[in-house]
Amino acid sequence: MLYFVARRLVSALSVVLATLIATFALFFVAPTDPAGAICGERNCTQQRYQEIRTNLHLDQPKVQQFAEYTAGIFTGRDFTTAGVTQHCAAPCLGFSFKNDRPVTDMIKTRFPVTLSLVVGYAVLVLTIGVFVGSMAAKRRGTLGDRALMTSTLVISSVPYYIVALMVALYLTVLYPILPRGEWTPPSENPGKWIAGMLTPWLVLGIYNCTAYARYSRGSMVETLSEDFIRTARAKGLSDRVVTYKHALRSGLIPVVTIFGLDVASSLGGAIFTERIFDLPGLGQLVLDSLNNYDLPVIMGTVLVASVLIVVMNLLVDIGYSLIDPRVRLS
Amino acid sequence: MSTPAPEDRPAPQDRLAPEDRKDTMAESAATPAAATTDAKRGPSIATRERRESSINPSGETPYLVVEDLAVKFPTADGLVSAVNGLSYSVPLGRTLAIVGESGSGKSVSSMAVMGLHDRKRTRITGSIRLGGDELVGLPENDLMKIRGDAMAMVFQDPQSSLHPLYTIGNQIVEAYRVHHKVSKDAAKKRALEMLDLVGIPNPQRRFGQYPHEFSGGMRQRAMIAMSLVNDPKLVIADEPTTALDVTVQAQILDLLNNLQKEFGSAIVMITHDLGVVAEMADDVLVMYAGRCVEYGTAEDVLANPRMPYTWGLLESIPTVSAANERLRPIKGLPPSLLDLPAGCSFRPRCPYVDRVKGELCSIELPELMPVDGAGAHTSRCHLHDKASIYAAEVAPRLG
Repeated sequence: MLYFVARRLVSALSVVLATLIATFALFFVAPTDPAGAICGERNCTQQRYQEIRTNLHLDQPKVQQFAEYTAGIFTGRDFTTAGVTQHCAAPCLGFSFKNDRPVTDMIKTRFPVTLSLVVGYAVLVLTIGVFVGSMAAKRRGTLGDRALMTSTLVISSVPYYIVALMVALYLTVLYPILPRGEWTPPSENPGKWIAGMLTPWLVLGIYNCTAYARYSRGSMVETLSEDFIRTARAKGLSDRVVTYKHALRSGLIPVVTIFGLDVASSLGGAIFTERIFDLPGLGQLVLDSLNNYDLPVIMGTVLVASVLIVVMNLLVDIGYSLIDPRVRLS
Repeated sequence: MSTPAPEDRPAPQDRLAPEDRKDTMAESAATPAAATTDAKRGPSIATRERRESSINPSGETPYLVVEDLAVKFPTADGLVSAVNGLSYSVPLGRTLAIVGESGSGKSVSSMAVMGLHDRKRTRITGSIRLGGDELVGLPENDLMKIRGDAMAMVFQDPQSSLHPLYTIGNQIVEAYRVHHKVSKDAAKKRALEMLDLVGIPNPQRRFGQYPHEFSGGMRQRAMIAMSLVNDPKLVIADEPTTALDVTVQAQILDLLNNLQKEFGSAIVMITHDLGVVAEMADDVLVMYAGRCVEYGTAEDVLANPRMPYTWGLLESIPTVSAANERLRPIKGLPPSLLDLPAGCSFRPRCPYVDRVKGELCSIELPELMPVDGAGAHTSRCHLHDKASIYAAEVAPRLG
């Protein structure tokens, strides 16, 4: 087990490194001009432009720039512009000159918002989605099954942003049945935190439940026809124990994979939800920095997202081995 | 069933009316005086004993009594009559082997006994009595208490029949604790005892292992340990050795034999392997196309078979002495259960059809009749000189 984790960590690190190089290359080597972007279009003089290039070490060889960027992640670095030195503490993911803040700081303030959103979402899809799927699988072919599956199909055939917009508009603004989306740190006021997150959780959770319900239905239908389910029934176990202990554990395996990757990518920023419900999360940050062409921030968020995906993948694999003893971690 | 066979009138759904059952009961011919009463009407004990003892070829009081069992389920192509008018009984301490090809209804009938069929889709009529208690029509909640406790099942393929994600010990403990309110430790003690009993070396270590860490034979032993953990009086073994290595097969059969001696349970062994029958069975029931075609003690059926299908089964066994001869398979395929042939189901494949006068075989389904006029050995065939045909033609070929 330890050996497995160590080996996976090494391969995870190499993936992160590759992503690091790729994002770096994309923004600094590709035909874009960071200095020009920082300098702006209107008041940019040749002298200021050159100054920015020198300060950012953009005149240095690319390899050296990359080394400095990477080193900054571990040791922190200083940025000097117009005679002002800004310190960027480790882990430094660059410095946003547009916002005059280190990228790491910006991500740190945004991440709890996205994390709150995703945790609530994860709880909802795993409970409601898997439960609905199992119910449908147990009643396969009945009217109830068809009704459940048709409604999931109807919901998921409407684009998510339409659903979210409609709910935001009709249920929180025009007919304020649900509280409006709003960010309050849970440490500050847990009640307000829940109230502000409730609508986004419900919308994101219920919409995506449909996909989970379908996955788990398929997986459970298959599992319920397995021989070991018949054995469980032959032992005299109740229907409930057979379904939710014997079948669900096997049926969950494929769902876990999808869930891990889904959570990882949502953690990188739930752009629609955050935008529509006005939550200052990572998704909003990505959107803003794309609008402003704020390259260091884009790089930082891409890097964070890739690390999250790698980590979640590792967790999924470990989760597998906990569910299924046949998966040998060696 | 598109062609009404004589035995099938009245319609199976109507069979619940006891009066109508008189002529439809499969063994009514064998035991004309006794088999007409229905358990639901509450026959006197004397009647029941008389009937039950006469049903079983051994003459002992049976523990499991199956009477006129019919299992039907609707499919996309129509109503499948998987089992029709099946009757048998098994006393404690005896082994009944149900023999037949795939699709002959042998597994379906035992699933019905265990109540493991899909309750929503399957229609079951007739009577299944376990120790005198009627199981047909019992609600799931009541059946659950019997299943795994008084009757247990050993499945064909232990690889897929054991839960891959739980340890062997866990699964046995679970089986025990469903029916016994005991602590986990007590259940574990019992499980270890069982593992030891079925000949699994080092039970302490094996207890915590998963099915994939067991070999095929050990898995089946574990499966047997799990089935027997509640000391069931009836064990249904559904082809317990089919998925196993030949060398392991004999060990598993020995194990079942020994355990039966120890626990004294009734065993219903479903198999298509007549070698297993010879080794294990006290009684034999041969099934074809959902019906019993021959039923008797193992000695009677194996030594004096009285039905061309049974002859075919015996002839298709490879023998060592006839090493240079080709096997003699039964020509043709079993009939579709959606559309059984009129008359005898075996007629299209039967090499002796022309020995029966007229078109009897294709018109009338033969009754299950005593082969020698009175005994417990019954067969379903219109041939009237079965004994001489067997002695003159079939027996020499068997070598």
